[in-house]
Amino acid sequence: MRTVALEVEGVRKVFVRKDRTARRRGLRKVGRKEEVVALRDIDLTVGRGEVFGVLGPNGSGKSTLIRLVSTLLLPDGGTLRVFGHDVERDPFAVKRLINRVSVDAAFFKKFSPIENLMYAARLYGLESGEAKAKMRSIMKRLGLKEETFNNPMEHMSRGMQQKVAVARGFLTSPILLLLDEPTTGLDPHSKRDVQAFVREIREAHDATVLLTTHDMDEADRLCDRIAIIDEGRIVALDTPEGLKGMVPSRDGARPTLEDVFIALTGRGFAEAEAEEVSP
Amino acid sequence: MSTFVREMRGAYAFVERNVNLIKRYWGWEVVWLIYSLTNALAITYIGKGMGAISGQEIDTQYVVTYLLVGALIWQYLSVIFYAISEMIAWERWEGTIEYTFMAPVSRPTHLVGTTLFAIGYGVVRTLAILAIVAVFFRLDLSGANLTGAVFMLLAGSVSFVGLGILAAVLPLLYPERGAQMTNAVAAILLLISGVYYPIETLPGWLQKIAAVSPATYVIQGMRACLLEGESTVKLSPTVFLLIGIGVLIIGIGLVVFRYVERYAKRMGRLKRSG
Repeated sequence: MRTVALEVEGVRKVFVRKDRTARRRGLRKVGRKEEVVALRDIDLTVGRGEVFGVLGPNGSGKSTLIRLVSTLLLPDGGTLRVFGHDVERDPFAVKRLINRVSVDAAFFKKFSPIENLMYAARLYGLESGEAKAKMRSIMKRLGLKEETFNNPMEHMSRGMQQKVAVARGFLTSPILLLLDEPTTGLDPHSKRDVQAFVREIREAHDATVLLTTHDMDEADRLCDRIAIIDEGRIVALDTPEGLKGMVPSRDGARPTLEDVFIALTGRGFAEAEAEEVSP
Repeated sequence: MSTFVREMRGAYAFVERNVNLIKRYWGWEVVWLIYSLTNALAITYIGKGMGAISGQEIDTQYVVTYLLVGALIWQYLSVIFYAISEMIAWERWEGTIEYTFMAPVSRPTHLVGTTLFAIGYGVVRTLAILAIVAVFFRLDLSGANLTGAVFMLLAGSVSFVGLGILAAVLPLLYPERGAQMTNAVAAILLLISGVYYPIETLPGWLQKIAAVSPATYVIQGMRACLLEGESTVKLSPTVFLLIGIGVLIIGIGLVVFRYVERYAKRMGRLKRSG
């Protein structure tokens, strides 16, 4: 039986935020807050070596799930375990096993890629010489030119910055890699580079990948299994082929994941994104 | 790899990061140094002009040295305070806070790295200001107990590390206004701690607050060493008191930080930048 990399059981997350319309509605100060439920009783299990996709529109709870696994948020209910370590009770053990690449390539903008990656390497206890060799090799593999390694990040394009973010995620050799919309906003060429690298890492390094995306094709191409999430709930979970098998084909054409989403939620993806408000 | 080596590498990450920030934002450093220097000069010139202001004969040299010691010690202590209290604010500003909090580095290690940098940076900066100020004023330290002053300053640094940790939670609690709040904390310490005047000048209720500020004892101790040449033995109760207060504040700071970090994770406040 395959080792379980990630177990999520009954996870619930609620954010409290100011209700900006409350004053107009005559509510007293204490009542001027509202609860936004980001995740509702999420259950899923990811096996070691699996690429598991979480597909959903913006604001559906994908990033919240990633932040919970990353120890950056605490759940309001349920449990999350990474290779058996409880994320809330034993965050330090979890942090040693994971790394994350998010949609926003957050860096010290005036630092060079080498300086930013060296900061990350030291935080994870990597030896300086080994880290330097590794970061150069990963950045080259991702298509970054060597002459850019020592230039400030602020002079790099969005796509190049995101590739450095991907390099930072892989630098520490995590056995669970959390990819939170890693290709959003990238040009098609950069997107292909990153996707190819994810496949390569999975095959060569036995890494488990939790990938959130709202790119249907990306989910279809990369993932072994996909959970479709909408309004904080998992509405379906299966292999890409299994999900497509849930809806009948139309006019002889094979159904797409978009068709599956429409069939399960009653809305198109763009429509769902327009309705959702990010927590 | 041993845990100790890994933690030391983690601590060094913060030293190296802060040195890189100084290199990359050197323009800010120059502006900040000019601001601190002109502040120290302006305050010291008040002492030089006291005779002319009051129309009475006063020991100008003593007043100038009194103010200069206050200005330089405050420069040093405030650098320690800001360097530590900004350990969160910088990360928020750059947007890297989630990556640092996700890394397997304990908060005490984070603090050790930040403190090592803060003390080194504080010493270099204060010596630079002292070197320039010495061109403008004659600073007579011939009768000073410099060894005692070093002990006093190191003991005072411990308390300011603790105060810095307590102030560092503000940007976690208040993503948009937290960094500005640390300025208010520093300003209150400056007011009550007798940096430029004896605390007896303050109203009674402020003197009571001054009695619990570690800066009060650091400044008094440093003046006793540098102006009166007080012996290290005589100053040792104050040094031990400061170390005791410092250890207590650091302990409280770490507990408060841990609690606030959990609160920020519960409420989702790490995500927002501001």
